[in-house]
Amino acid sequence: MNKYTISGSPHVHSTENTQKIMYRVLLALVPALLVAIYYFGWYALRLTLVSMAACMLTEWLIQKFLIKGPLTINDGSAALTGLLLAFNVPANLPIWMVIVGSVVAIGIGKMAFGGLGKNPFNPALVGRVFMLVSFPTAMTTWPKAAPIFDKGFFADAVTGPTPLGILKEAGAGSLAQAGDMQFLDMVLGNRGGAFGEVCAIALLLGAIYLIARKVIDIATPLSILLTVFIFTGICYLINPANFIAPWYHLIYGGLILGAFFMATDMVTTPMTTQGKILFGFGVGVITVVIRLWGAYPEGVSFAILIMNALTPLINKAFKPQVFGVVKPAKK
Amino acid sequence: MNPIKTFPRGGVHPEENKLSANQPIQDFPMPKQIIVPLGQCLGAPADCIVKKGDRVLTGQLIGTAKGFVSANVHSPATGTVAKVDVVMDHTGYYKPAVFIDREEQDEWVEGVIQTDELLTEIKLDSKQIIDRVKDCGIVGMGGATFPTHVKLMVPEGKKAEYIIINAAECEPYLTCDFRLLLEKTQEFLVGVKILMKAVNTDKGIIGIEENKMEAIELLEKTINAHRDLYKGIEVQPLKTKYPQGGEKQIIKAITGREVPSGKLPIETGCVVVNVASTYAIYEAVQKNKPLIERIVTVTGKSVKKPCNLRVRFGTPANLLIEAAGGLPENITDVINGGPMMGKSVSVTDFPCMKGTSGILLMTLDEAQDRRQTNCIRCGRCAKACPMGLQPFLLHKVAKLNDFDETEANHIMDCIECGSCEFTCPANIPLLDYIRYGKAKTGAIIRARNQK
Amino acid sequence: MSNTLLISLAVLGILGGILAVILYFVAQKFKVEENPLIDEAEACLPGANCGGCGFAGCRALAEACVKQAAEKGNIDGLACPGTDMGKVAAVLGLTAAAFEPKIAVVRCNGSCQNSPAKVHYEGADICAFANTLYAGEGGCSKGCLGLGDCVKKCNFDALHIDKETGLPVVDPDKCVGCGVCAKNCPRGIIEVRPRGKKDRRVYVCCSNTDKGALVIKNCSVGCIGCQKCLKECPFEAIEMRGNLAYIDPAKCKACGKCVKVCPRGSIHAINFPAPKPETPALQGAEPVVKPQPKPELVEVKTEVKPENTVTA
Ligand code: SF4
Ligand code: SF4
Ligand code: SF4
Ligand code: SF4
Repeated sequence: MNKYTISGSPHVHSTENTQKIMYRVLLALVPALLVAIYYFGWYALRLTLVSMAACMLTEWLIQKFLIKGPLTINDGSAALTGLLLAFNVPANLPIWMVIVGSVVAIGIGKMAFGGLGKNPFNPALVGRVFMLVSFPTAMTTWPKAAPIFDKGFFADAVTGPTPLGILKEAGAGSLAQAGDMQFLDMVLGNRGGAFGEVCAIALLLGAIYLIARKVIDIATPLSILLTVFIFTGICYLINPANFIAPWYHLIYGGLILGAFFMATDMVTTPMTTQGKILFGFGVGVITVVIRLWGAYPEGVSFAILIMNALTPLINKAFKPQVFGVVKPAKK
Repeated sequence: MNPIKTFPRGGVHPEENKLSANQPIQDFPMPKQIIVPLGQCLGAPADCIVKKGDRVLTGQLIGTAKGFVSANVHSPATGTVAKVDVVMDHTGYYKPAVFIDREEQDEWVEGVIQTDELLTEIKLDSKQIIDRVKDCGIVGMGGATFPTHVKLMVPEGKKAEYIIINAAECEPYLTCDFRLLLEKTQEFLVGVKILMKAVNTDKGIIGIEENKMEAIELLEKTINAHRDLYKGIEVQPLKTKYPQGGEKQIIKAITGREVPSGKLPIETGCVVVNVASTYAIYEAVQKNKPLIERIVTVTGKSVKKPCNLRVRFGTPANLLIEAAGGLPENITDVINGGPMMGKSVSVTDFPCMKGTSGILLMTLDEAQDRRQTNCIRCGRCAKACPMGLQPFLLHKVAKLNDFDETEANHIMDCIECGSCEFTCPANIPLLDYIRYGKAKTGAIIRARNQK
Repeated sequence: MSNTLLISLAVLGILGGILAVILYFVAQKFKVEENPLIDEAEACLPGANCGGCGFAGCRALAEACVKQAAEKGNIDGLACPGTDMGKVAAVLGLTAAAFEPKIAVVRCNGSCQNSPAKVHYEGADICAFANTLYAGEGGCSKGCLGLGDCVKKCNFDALHIDKETGLPVVDPDKCVGCGVCAKNCPRGIIEVRPRGKKDRRVYVCCSNTDKGALVIKNCSVGCIGCQKCLKECPFEAIEMRGNLAYIDPAKCKACGKCVKVCPRGSIHAINFPAPKPETPALQGAEPVVKPQPKPELVEVKTEVKPENTVTA
């Protein structure tokens, strides 16, 4: 006879689980990965595989030998960190660097805080920023996109500038002249940059899927994009000679990737919709400030990390309103 | 039809699985011996007033209410008291009960009208109605088993504006209220009238989820056909969303009023009564029949013949399972009530009681896998919570035994609906911890208030 | 240049001086006169702040002792369950009641073998919660739930759940008899009893007050209330509490006669030389018996108020 299960109600549960959520995000990133392989060939694929494997291995080793706790390696969260990390680096980065980055991302970014759900910062971004600080040159030497049909799968990458890099170096005026900086190319991904961030279309495709499956909430990305658009728009209106049009800001750099896939990481971002909007606003403002006046050409990662740090505060400030409790009138 | 309404915040939508919706109610024959538990309501168990060897008639009082929140218990059958002993109830605890060896023929106590004729004229006044409800041992039959007469006694200085009939039946699987609405429509409506008279109001609203269109239409048709008779009764369709049938939720959905935290629903001028209880009130007031039977839904995806049975209290549940085609294989969860708020049982031969709205048999697949991970702070629980609480936080602080924090975060407002645990992708037993925290916090608050 | 330096130094110095003076006066003003005896008394206590004495911590008990000693000239009724209060009394120049070392006793032997699981529990690891939900995996509604509320609360690491039996086991070397575990068991299974002479103790290892027939259904070693032990005991140390035999440690002389007559092997004798072969398996080093007024059960019931409940 099988034994009955005694448990507290409810006795039915939704079919959602952590694993499914993680795998859905992974799936949503596949189009962007394919585009990346198209433009950056073997390098992109190699880097992605190494980074994912390194993240998963790190997590497994730590759980098995350091914590001696349950193994959660197949919940997909480590693989996701690996994928996002790879997406944020130049395709021609030396392999060992990405391994170091992965170890830092999982080891320091995640496991040091107690594993899944306990980390205050997005682990992939922790890894990325660590690499940016440790290997500044390698991390800012971006290969040029070159469709594999032209160059072949294993072709060596030619390095070239990213749009935001050009912008930082030469100012807004130069950008218009750089012939290959066409809007369409930008959207399709035919440009320099971290290989996951280049194709806005592929990323949006994934994002739409995630929103449809209710994995992510549209509030955060929307608020980020709007903030960036309005902020840079104001700058553009004031002085079109010095600043580029806001729509370029949306698709240049890692904004789309960051807004839809990293600022929506559940663990490190606020829970309520109001909180998410505030979070998005913060990310938008910091990103623009770094882009326009900071030392680095791109600021999405920093912006998200800074806002991650503020998340607990935001969560405290924006609690859902309790049923039947009248908010005390402000004095 | 009125426009569909709903409560604004939170809620989930579990698979409805109303497998037995088309099964007419069948009378279930009583076994030779029935075991009537004395504690069938939320409050204290009744005091037994019969002893071994006594002959009892159907409908005869065998247990008297003890204390304010308590209800009378009547004999569901005619026969001899075999013993007054303990019986293992669904939780596996032993509770006092009266064992009755039944005679073939039902012999009712005096004064009960046994015909099926519809009696529409309400002869009793408000006070008499409430007394009758009390005498007949009527409780909230949705599962909470709170004595109904207590609800009907509107405290001094308060006014009941609405009688709200909770016909949402938002629990998946269960269909007992739905069938009752279809088959005893007129009786039910007279019951609503009685309730309106009891609390002196002329507005009665029946809230039904829109997945029970058939019942909505039938009720509206009946009301329209007898305009004068059912004046003041309205049918309000509600969105199919759990926990639409939560007392606070249904009031909010229908009237837009919010029961203040820590207060009773009467604060909003509403008295909410369940469908089965309304029918029982009709029987009690018009026919003088005490509460001795109810409709029980026996269901589950692997159950051969899901059905709705009219069962006298004290009938062991395993007989009902037999009637539904026997216990299917690989059942891992046997639940007394619905899947969202029912209770797991340890044994299947527990006696049916006033609160047994359903017997649900589930296999592991139906119940979903419950492998836990860490909380991923997705916030879904908070989004699903109809009370605007933060279940992940309550879980954490309850686990740490930090009862100041649980109180500050309104743990006492939790209605234990389970929406949070239902949605949690990390499969954390949130509600277990919240219940624990609630019990402890409640004890602390009570101790403080006593000082 | 040097002028500026000198001036800044002088300003800083004067400022520092003024602040120091202010601080001194403030400290004087708010100085709390503390009786040095409190420190001395506290030094005699274990410093675990377990709360077993009923005070917030060891220091609070020390304060209470000093206060009562000053007011009434004794420290009666104030005691740390794990310490000889004689030391504290000596500090205060008094004497205290003789110290009787105590130990926690788990009065349930419904292990996975003796009371096999009939259902399977899945949920929060909290005895107080499981207690509201069901009787227990083995079916005994008075038996140990094995989720370790007691273990979590012990400040001395003296309890752990035995993986084999699923029951808590007391480490006699570590337990100080503070009784925190007993207070936290929702079923009142743990009792704090005197350790007994030579650490020998006899107690009934069952908490089920139900009738024998119901006990037998669920457990092979539970007390059935047959009263054989009661009749056997030459010292009238055994009484019936419901259908459960209870050995009063104040009267029990640890003769061990009752152990032999119990048909269920429910009576455990600890630390007796060479247990007789027919005595049913003694549980490792386990404590013995003594009653204080039965530890009040912390009863946890999920409160279901009408307005707090979803019906239908
Ligand atoms: S916290 Fe309570 S009221 Fe909120 S969803 Fe969970 S069980 Fe329901
Ligand atoms: S739903 Fe579960 S995983 Fe998500 S925040 Fe709530 S407790 Fe955490
Ligand atoms: S086992 Fe119990 S009595 Fe002994 S030290 Fe631990 S909590 Fe105190
Ligand atoms: S003795 Fe009590 S508190 Fe300890 S595990 Fe058993 S039931 Fe839980």
